Amino acid sequence: MMQSDIYNVNVGPIHPSTHGGLHAEAVMDGEIIQDVIVHLGYVHRSVEKIAESKTYQQFVPYTARLDYLATNLPVLGYCQAVEKLLGIEVPERAEYIRIIMAELSRIASHQIAISATGIDLGATTGLMYGMRDRERIMNIFEMTGGQRLLSSYIRIGGVGADIPDEFIPAVQSFVNDIPKMMDEYNGLMTGNEIWEARMKGVGILSKEDAVKYGVTGPNLRASGIAYDIRKAEPYGIYDRFDFDIPARSGGDSLDRWNIRIEELGESGRIIQQALDNLPEGEVKAKIPKVLKAEAGTEVYHRIESAKGELGYYIVSDGGNKPYRLHVRAPSFINLMVLPLVCRGGVFQDLITNIATLDPILGESDR
Amino acid sequence: MQEINLEQMVQKLEEQLGDKLITTRDQFFTVLNIDKMALPTLMLKLRDDYGFNHLANLSSVDYGEEFEVVYHLYSIPANDKVCVKTRIPRISAEVDSLIDIWPTADWQEREVYDLMGIKFKGHPNLIRVLLPDDFVGHPLRKDFVMGGR
Repeated sequence: MMQSDIYNVNVGPIHPSTHGGLHAEAVMDGEIIQDVIVHLGYVHRSVEKIAESKTYQQFVPYTARLDYLATNLPVLGYCQAVEKLLGIEVPERAEYIRIIMAELSRIASHQIAISATGIDLGATTGLMYGMRDRERIMNIFEMTGGQRLLSSYIRIGGVGADIPDEFIPAVQSFVNDIPKMMDEYNGLMTGNEIWEARMKGVGILSKEDAVKYGVTGPNLRASGIAYDIRKAEPYGIYDRFDFDIPARSGGDSLDRWNIRIEELGESGRIIQQALDNLPEGEVKAKIPKVLKAEAGTEVYHRIESAKGELGYYIVSDGGNKPYRLHVRAPSFINLMVLPLVCRGGVFQDLITNIATLDPILGESDR
Repeated sequence: MQEINLEQMVQKLEEQLGDKLITTRDQFFTVLNIDKMALPTLMLKLRDDYGFNHLANLSSVDYGEEFEVVYHLYSIPANDKVCVKTRIPRISAEVDSLIDIWPTADWQEREVYDLMGIKFKGHPNLIRVLLPDDFVGHPLRKDFVMGGR
């Protein structure tokens, strides 16, 4: 066999296919990837240190900037962690509104994942379809929190304010259209011969490796483990909802991509149930202006974010600020398998794998 | 998969590890406080004998004279959970790496090293992961002086 020199190819940090400042250095033997060295930290802003100098309430907007494509999910996780630590009860109506916002965020995130995979693989139209539909969610977010991208609408003790009148019709019409959207994405991309050739058998992550490397979320479910924290350890009021956990067994890029489309439908089901059962009442618990947790108490709270297990570890020393706050970021952990799934593949697979692992760098770099 | 009886597990582990293990319970977790010398032994037992296959979270806290390294473990799919903590002195902040037991410890340990300055013995590539290589200091330590405003 012909021997060629080993050379390194840098992908990113300034490159559209890296989904934000990801820098992957591919060690190439000809066209074959020998290894990938991942360089992180391009959007590191020391969120955990900032948390130590902010009160519990002041830190809420920082969490929205962790996963900026699914903005309500990291906020929900943080608020629930603080509520758990302080023993705050959230009013029923707020719980239902939170579910709607969380699932809309999941859809918004998955739509980016689905459609950006399109543009990464050359199906440029895919991006336009996803962005068009996602815009409706952005409008719904604007109705509630006044912010489209980085909503801090969910607060400690509930949500910021009650929903406006136009909220429910807008969400209802969006939910009604989800099956049509899924059909459209499937019709546009799934089954296309080039699409299948670029995705099928590419970046296979086995069940065993997925668990060993702590991979969670859609990536874990694509590898054949139907593990979802909404079912396994329900938080908020998720135990009242009827939904399925889509899972596949191949663990390749196509499975990871398909899982996200299927999850759109499941999120739609949850939102529909929340709309049907939305009770009247308060949307924010009466909490003291200054929040203090007992000295020496701590909490690890995790939610199923769009990317996987998002956990907050908060330690209190009795003050009104966290003594220590750590974010268990699913994207950070999921990215660890990028070298593993790329090894032995060709260079173009790297782009496919980054797209289907769906990392978000705001969260992984913190 | 069968649920693990945490009570029985703790009892058995205490018999095996003696005074190296002190168990406490807080609101949410059974906390196994382990002597750092016995950490890999305990972790191997937890993984192989009790099915804690998911190292969800690896973190650290600065308590002045001492650091605490904190591990949150879950079992998939049974969904039991346990928290393991180990204290190490500030002057020799070093603990065994768990990379051979859970490969996911790789970047998580690098992050703790990067931001808190705790060394993980046996880690094959213990370099900074988030901060630049030439950065001086470990920002999550309480004595780190912040610049700027």
